[in-house]
Amino acid sequence: EFRRFSLERSKPGKFEEFYGLLQHVHKIPNVDVLVGYTDIHGDLLPINNDDNYHKAVSTANPLLRIFIQRKEDADYSAFGTDTMTRKKNVLSNVLRPDNHKKKPHIVISMPQDFRPVSSIIDVDILPETHRRVRLYKYGTDKPLGFYIRDGSSVRVTPHGLEKVPGIFISRLVPGGLAQSTGLLAVNDEVLEVNGIEVSGKSLDQVTDMMIANSRNLIITVRPANQRNNVVRNSRTSGSSGQSTESSLPSSTPNILANFLQGEEESDEEDIIIEDSGEPQQIPKAARASESLESLTQIELHESTQNGFLPSAEMNLNHSAGSISMEHEVQDPDHKSLEEDGTIITL
Amino acid sequence: QTVEHGFPHQPSALGYSPFLRLMAIGTRSGAIKLYGAPGVEFMGLHEENNTVMQIHFIPDQCQLVTLLDDNSLHLWSLKQHSGASELREEHRFTLKGPPGSPPSATQITAVLPHSSREVLYLGTESGNIFVVELPSFRVLEDRTITSEAVLQRVPEDYCNRRSCELVEALREHPKNPDQILIGYSRGLIVLWDLQNSKVTHQFLGSQQLENLYWQRDGSKFISCHYDGSYTQWPVSSDNRQPEPLENVVPYGPFPCKAISKIYWQTTKNGLPYIIFQGGMPRASYGDRHSISVVHGSQQTAFDFTSRVIDFFIIFSSEPTAEFDDPSAMVVLAEEELVVIDLKTAGWPAVHPPYLASLHCSAITCSHHVSNIPLKLWERIISAGSKQNIHYSNMPWPIDGGTNIAPDPPQRDLLLTGHEDGTVRFWDASGVCLHLLYKLSTVRVFLTDADPNDNMNTLGEDEWPPLRKVGTFDPYSDDPRLGIQKIYLCKYSGYLAVAGTAGQVLVMELNDEDAEHVVDHAEADLLQDQEGYRWKGHEKLKTRDGPVRFEAGFQPFVLVQCQPPAVVTSLALHSEWKLVAFGTSHGFGLFDHQQKRLVFVKCTLHPSDQLALEGPLSRVKSLKKSLRQSFRRIRRSRVSSRKRRGGSGNAVEVQEANAKFDQDALQEMELAPVQRKIEARSAEDSFTGFVRTLYFADTFLRDSSRHCPSLWAGTNGGTVYAFCLRVPPAERRMDEPVRAEQAKEIQLMHRAPVVGILVLDGRSTPLPEPLEVAHDLSKSPDMQGSHQLLVVSEEQFKVFTLPKVSSKLKLKLTALEGCRVRKVTVANFGSCKTDDYSENDLAVLTNLGDIQIISLPFLKLQIRYPCIRKEDVSGIASCVFTKYGQGFYLISPSEFERFSLSTKWLVEPRCVVDTLEVTSNNHVHTKSGMENAARKS
Repeated sequence: EFRRFSLERSKPGKFEEFYGLLQHVHKIPNVDVLVGYTDIHGDLLPINNDDNYHKAVSTANPLLRIFIQRKEDADYSAFGTDTMTRKKNVLSNVLRPDNHKKKPHIVISMPQDFRPVSSIIDVDILPETHRRVRLYKYGTDKPLGFYIRDGSSVRVTPHGLEKVPGIFISRLVPGGLAQSTGLLAVNDEVLEVNGIEVSGKSLDQVTDMMIANSRNLIITVRPANQRNNVVRNSRTSGSSGQSTESSLPSSTPNILANFLQGEEESDEEDIIIEDSGEPQQIPKAARASESLESLTQIELHESTQNGFLPSAEMNLNHSAGSISMEHEVQDPDHKSLEEDGTIITL
Repeated sequence: QTVEHGFPHQPSALGYSPFLRLMAIGTRSGAIKLYGAPGVEFMGLHEENNTVMQIHFIPDQCQLVTLLDDNSLHLWSLKQHSGASELREEHRFTLKGPPGSPPSATQITAVLPHSSREVLYLGTESGNIFVVELPSFRVLEDRTITSEAVLQRVPEDYCNRRSCELVEALREHPKNPDQILIGYSRGLIVLWDLQNSKVTHQFLGSQQLENLYWQRDGSKFISCHYDGSYTQWPVSSDNRQPEPLENVVPYGPFPCKAISKIYWQTTKNGLPYIIFQGGMPRASYGDRHSISVVHGSQQTAFDFTSRVIDFFIIFSSEPTAEFDDPSAMVVLAEEELVVIDLKTAGWPAVHPPYLASLHCSAITCSHHVSNIPLKLWERIISAGSKQNIHYSNMPWPIDGGTNIAPDPPQRDLLLTGHEDGTVRFWDASGVCLHLLYKLSTVRVFLTDADPNDNMNTLGEDEWPPLRKVGTFDPYSDDPRLGIQKIYLCKYSGYLAVAGTAGQVLVMELNDEDAEHVVDHAEADLLQDQEGYRWKGHEKLKTRDGPVRFEAGFQPFVLVQCQPPAVVTSLALHSEWKLVAFGTSHGFGLFDHQQKRLVFVKCTLHPSDQLALEGPLSRVKSLKKSLRQSFRRIRRSRVSSRKRRGGSGNAVEVQEANAKFDQDALQEMELAPVQRKIEARSAEDSFTGFVRTLYFADTFLRDSSRHCPSLWAGTNGGTVYAFCLRVPPAERRMDEPVRAEQAKEIQLMHRAPVVGILVLDGRSTPLPEPLEVAHDLSKSPDMQGSHQLLVVSEEQFKVFTLPKVSSKLKLKLTALEGCRVRKVTVANFGSCKTDDYSENDLAVLTNLGDIQIISLPFLKLQIRYPCIRKEDVSGIASCVFTKYGQGFYLISPSEFERFSLSTKWLVEPRCVVDTLEVTSNNHVHTKSGMENAARKS
């Protein structure tokens, strides 16, 4: 289908609104699509965030060609440098994928289809003996899964070597997130939790800090096994394990950190369920009024000392909640949406 | 920390100064507390934290000597310092024997401060009496009274049978300061002349000696013995070895327990008062803690609720007076102080103005109400006075010192809920926590024990003539009666009380006795949830028909939650006449005007099986608790009499204990404590537990119209908001109160919600109901936009209203690892200018520190360490006042009061007049001497 519509060049708005607009003009409100455009060099480039959307709008001269593909049968190879000039038939490919007789392309997922599980961060600023690990907790499908205990470690102090109390990892839950990352091990000493030193804090305090930060937990440990440390300057490396660890691109932490900045904020977003219709929620007004109706029903019931929300209404409430979520939470990530949907307490 | 209220935990010693008219109490933890007239209080703490064994005031001085169980002596004095007296430790001293002597040689058993104020006589286990100079504690070796010197003139055959053994008592002759009476534990008593250093009289007792007491004129003395007898001995110059005048076993003829202390008091009418502790028939009454008073034909054995630590008699101390004329007996029992009026017929008890036993039944919750209107105050006092008619109206006999603290600025009430279903109303305005009124909820319910049945009814002819005294009664008939939440509206006099078995009572203050039916309503919090079975306790059975209530707060409606789980939160709005209550299953709203349930809301998560069945409810089965009660009684009856005789045994026990501790410690090290790190999920149990309820008149639906609302916060981090429609006053009875759920907020960090608050347009917390109507608060600003403050255990968050969007937050746990335990809005004034005041949050964390957080910007202002973090019950018992003070339990029987405000400070400030004695005072403080005195 071809659609033509106009956009205010000076105020293009957000990618999300644009995406919604595309779905709207094509009348495909619940279909996930890939959006691409052709730049001045004739390359098919993706539009999937505010930045490249604004870039795309700025290149319009005055027309901007936008390609929309259904996500499930998208041809990822279509994107990239020289795509439009190299493959003249890209349009026909897009339009008639059935005619595309090439052997099935190996689909490599886009970065947004992955989610990080853990990362080693701040390698450049930490001593080599320490490791700062970030654990990303999504949903409830996989527990963080580790235990900590009190213990003592030896420190160098002005008075010589001294035994000081410390916090240690005592156990990893098999199949848990901590174990699956391979970055934490039993007897690793915990030095910091989200940038706050644990020395002088009790086991219970540290536990509470970790649980409070569990959605974005950054712990700095001194690994019990010091042989797998990241070596910064390329010294002659012996073991292969070391070389793989040290080959981590230094830019990775920053990218992930940026990625997480947004994530962290959305983590903090609490859920609000409103029973009165909000102006922005006009499409859901019907539902809202329905649940309002259910409340008036309650009142009727009450006079006869009877029931509360029947379960059907509860579900309505439930779905209303998850929909309003979409508006409240900035991250449209499908995963987190699902997760948040399940935790509404009824 | 300003002052300790209540009764000292584990008291161990008692002392009294007739000169200062001050009483001193020592405890097992080394604290020493002095009490005089109401408001006159001093406190000191021995650095060693050892048990205080004995307390002796130096005659006619502002000084006292304490003996600890490590055999150290401490000299304390009351000194004036910037207008008020302070208690300070001046000196400490441990008696040292010659090298190589056994420790028993210097183990002090008796202390006699001599009336010359210059020396102390110290009787020891070896039988020697050492003399030390005051205040330097220099041992005057040449004046030591050795047992050899004493035994010189004692007949040989008596000596052979009984060696001297330890010194049991030392008493100065009442008329002749040069003579002291020495009693040895095996029964020998001698009168020693200090001038000539020789025995003048000897009294050959045949029974093991417990104590001695002089008659006022010095012509006779009385001794009491281990076999429950007492003996009178004459003292005259013609007979140097007299026979006893009289030997009496008051509760014979069967074997009796020891009489450990005795008083002989003369009176004008000739009949003496003989007052002695113990002596009960061993077999049938050996477990009683008694003190008997005998006056002519009158005899009463006062039967105390706990072990008697010590007692003293207040009598005429004028040296010129001819008779003792005792006026009162002061008894320190392990759990309470009892004072008996000996002047009034029937010997009634005197109501103590302080040292109240807060724990007469275990405290289960407390609630503080500041600034009580005079009218309500008077009505509560008058209701209370009707309960106290059996007390003597004698003025408080211990009246030394002068209270110079300013009068309390306002009337404050502290309400404590107890395990036995009572609520006690305490005057918490000043230094003396004083019981005003006691309310019992038991009458509404049917219990096994009939409250009308008097346990003390004893027949006239009964022997011994026991009479129960004291109020300490820790044995609860039914743990379900326990009070969990209290809410008092000080303007309307409405009181809501909720208990362990899901009972919520709404009461009204009535100045007259009344008999009426208590209306009864059920609130089924589970509603239609299928397949759940409550395995906890049953609800309490109610009494049918009208119930008679005494003047005071009288219940008029009972709301019973189903299942009958512990009520975990309670709120009352006296203007709207609504009461809200929550349990681990949900919450409900009740209209107590129309006596109609408005709505209930189940907050349970379907997977929360634990909450449904209720195994975590702290209350075990009734049977089990009864069994435990009996065990407790039995344990307390095994009298743990302090005896130095068994010291060898005690050492063994100590060693065994130490070994056990060590083993336990090692075991702990072998299996270290682990903590699981897991994100909280919705499946955690007790997410539905309702932690807080709050009424507010605010903008819940839209920004143009405000309406009454009810807010509830749960353990799972959910906040529910209900919009209420309360009919206007004129149609209040005709139209029903309506409620609609308007909002539901789920905090993503899922920590329990411990506080909800709405701030008005000026960012001031909304006033309490009826506060504006009584012109005691500015009406809230309804022009500017309101804000909602939600306090969870981990974070403080401010949201806008009516559209809930996050505005501000302060994370606590994520940074400090501490959690919010208690939070209140406190008003802080300035002590310099009257017109300045601000509202802040006073927060107590699980680490026991108190933080002040500003409103509305949530900035941490200051932090104080307050309670030890290991003291879980202290932290749980903490209650803040509206003006920056607070209370927490430091023991089951004592509240510590603290103040965060410079303006509202309640602490003892008093003077003990020392002018009289300073003229001939030879006390000097050596500079550089360590002053261990501490004022808490």
